[in-house]
Amino acid sequence: MIDVLRAEWTKFRSVRGWVLGAVAVVLLTVLVGLIGRSECSYPGPDGRDTACTLPLGPDGTAVTDSFYFVHQPLTGDGAITAHVASLTGELHAHGDTTPQTVPWAKAGVMIKETTSQGSSYAAVLVTGGHGVRMQHDFTGDTAGSATGRWLRLERKGKNITGYEGSDGSHWTPLGTVTLHGSPTTVQIGLFVTSPPYTEIKKESLGGVIATGGATVSTGTFDNVSRNGPWNGTSVTSAADGIPSDAVGYTEQNGTFVVRGTGDIAPVVPGGPSAGATITQTLTGTFAGLIGVIVLATLFITAEYRRGLIRLTFTASPHRGRVLVAKALVIGAVTFVGGLIAAGIAVPIGKKILKDNGNFVLPVSMLTEIRVIVGTAALLAVSAVLALGIAATVRRSASAVTAVIVAIVLPYLIALAPVLPLGVSQWLLRLTPAAAFSIQQSIQAYPQVANEYAPYNGYFPLPPLGGFAVLCLYAVAALGLAVVLVRRRDA
Amino acid sequence: MMLRATFRAEWTKLWTLPGTIWQLLSIAVLTGLVDVGVAATVHCPCEQDVPKTVLTGVLLGQAAAAIVAVVFVSNEYSTGLVQLTLTAMPRRWLVLVAKAAIVTGLVLAAAAAGVAGSMIAARLMIPSLSLDDGAVLRAAGGSVLYLGLVALLALGAATMIRDTAVAIGAALGLLYLFPMLAALATDPHWQRRLEQIGPMPAGLAIQATQQLKSLPIGPWPGLGVLAAWAFGSLMLGLLLFEWRDA
Repeated sequence: MIDVLRAEWTKFRSVRGWVLGAVAVVLLTVLVGLIGRSECSYPGPDGRDTACTLPLGPDGTAVTDSFYFVHQPLTGDGAITAHVASLTGELHAHGDTTPQTVPWAKAGVMIKETTSQGSSYAAVLVTGGHGVRMQHDFTGDTAGSATGRWLRLERKGKNITGYEGSDGSHWTPLGTVTLHGSPTTVQIGLFVTSPPYTEIKKESLGGVIATGGATVSTGTFDNVSRNGPWNGTSVTSAADGIPSDAVGYTEQNGTFVVRGTGDIAPVVPGGPSAGATITQTLTGTFAGLIGVIVLATLFITAEYRRGLIRLTFTASPHRGRVLVAKALVIGAVTFVGGLIAAGIAVPIGKKILKDNGNFVLPVSMLTEIRVIVGTAALLAVSAVLALGIAATVRRSASAVTAVIVAIVLPYLIALAPVLPLGVSQWLLRLTPAAAFSIQQSIQAYPQVANEYAPYNGYFPLPPLGGFAVLCLYAVAALGLAVVLVRRRDA
Repeated sequence: MMLRATFRAEWTKLWTLPGTIWQLLSIAVLTGLVDVGVAATVHCPCEQDVPKTVLTGVLLGQAAAAIVAVVFVSNEYSTGLVQLTLTAMPRRWLVLVAKAAIVTGLVLAAAAAGVAGSMIAARLMIPSLSLDDGAVLRAAGGSVLYLGLVALLALGAATMIRDTAVAIGAALGLLYLFPMLAALATDPHWQRRLEQIGPMPAGLAIQATQQLKSLPIGPWPGLGVLAAWAFGSLMLGLLLFEWRDA
């Protein structure tokens, strides 16, 4: 086997065009990825450009943290109980106001470290359309009942426990959390927030137009267990573009009317506020991929064309081994090339995005490594698939076209929102294009309203699951090739 | 006399290549099958541009069109037949013109069959799709022209590159890369620019029947951009064909 491997490696490295081709793959992947990088500027809900920084939550996730907070300081243990009498909302768009409560409008009780954006919190809340929830630190979300209206938060030592009730005396616990850093003095009180609504309009090839606007929701609370004095704070950044007189609170005979806007949630691309992702630095993968497919195809078809294949099979009569050795050599070469390319493209691309004022959504080191190594693996396995198909059909044109069309076209069609979302998602489950999921660097959150579609960077399969689909195709193609090459005359 | 002989020679060469019939059939069948499959997902009343959505199959059909054209040229180089061709027909430009005319004619015929078939099938599935509407006819007829121009673009690339695998990779890369970059570009200005200059996104503007004013490029100017790419590719191919040793 070692001899066969060495023979195949010698064949690869002694053809100058192929070595240059491998270098070209690296260059294409890096350089094409640098095209079309924007300066940060995206319209906020009111059409004005919003600033390009986002607050970070306690665990480093980029977050949206805007709401109206009626609060007072709490040192040590304590609790708050409130009854949400009503939650109604209105849409603000094009100067018009339409009454409508968005599903993720929130009104509830909250304990928060400070009133600054991104600080740790725990809350029990009533939503516009998703019942009672207990949420904490932006990503934590526990569902309660669909109809509960009584909310309670209790702090004992470090632990904060959330409850909901059907009346003011029977309570069902929803969960217990601790605040980040366990501060002794925290802010406790009532809050209301209301995420912007978006309407997705689909355009032909390559365009989605999302229109929408800010919403303001009004929560009415009574039976509040704590007495004043209260402070009203609009937790917001100037960038949210909300008229300051639209939010606020009034209190009359123990009934609080709180008006708020914004959202308390992790940032998701495609949502109302966006950021750049590290995946965007790897758009050159497509260019590199086409080069890899051509290279892998030539690695076998050139032998047939020049008749070298007969010599190869005479020297090593185990034809299956020859193919496996070829797959290993071309896979290893493209893996190394891909690793170099992605290893350069991601940090340089990130720097360019940041220099242009973009906010790059932070990801964990592990995710970044997975994206870079995954890109290299995607190229390597695509090369093996191309080799298998080329050895099966023995014609360069058909092999190159079949593999390009199988990997690139489904993704292109899924990116262009011409087809219904379900069809696009099935394309990215069943075709080799599923493997691009290994480049996804963003997470979907069920508690954040957003279109989790391929054109917003969300794949239907998990990273390794999608990659496994490509691997299955590659193994099947190589297996078929081994069977055919053994049977056929060279 | 020379002209007729050249055309006959090229015609014979193309027709006796083992894959030609299948490649031409696959232009029609792939375009038609994808079109009908996509048409099945359209449920009206609908907001989307129905003719454009139905004609999605062109995205796949163009790959087959590119293969026919590339193999027609590159196969002569891989078998060495090109030396014989040029000995018999020393006027190289005439050889290329004959090749271009023959391959375009055949691709147009296959594309017309595929597009016509799928539009009729789509009409049966989507009653609100009107086939005698000017814009719909332009979208359908333009798609046929689009496939012909793609074949010319690929023919030029193959004449320049001469190697089958590299030429088909370059042609498909050129086609698919622009829309891919445009879809992934974050800057709307860049996105628009890429859709204006890319042979595939600009050329496919011919399929649009709605909101023509908001398109990055109009239907006919868009097809013109693809024609310019095809012409440029052919001219560059011709120059190299004339200059280089075969």
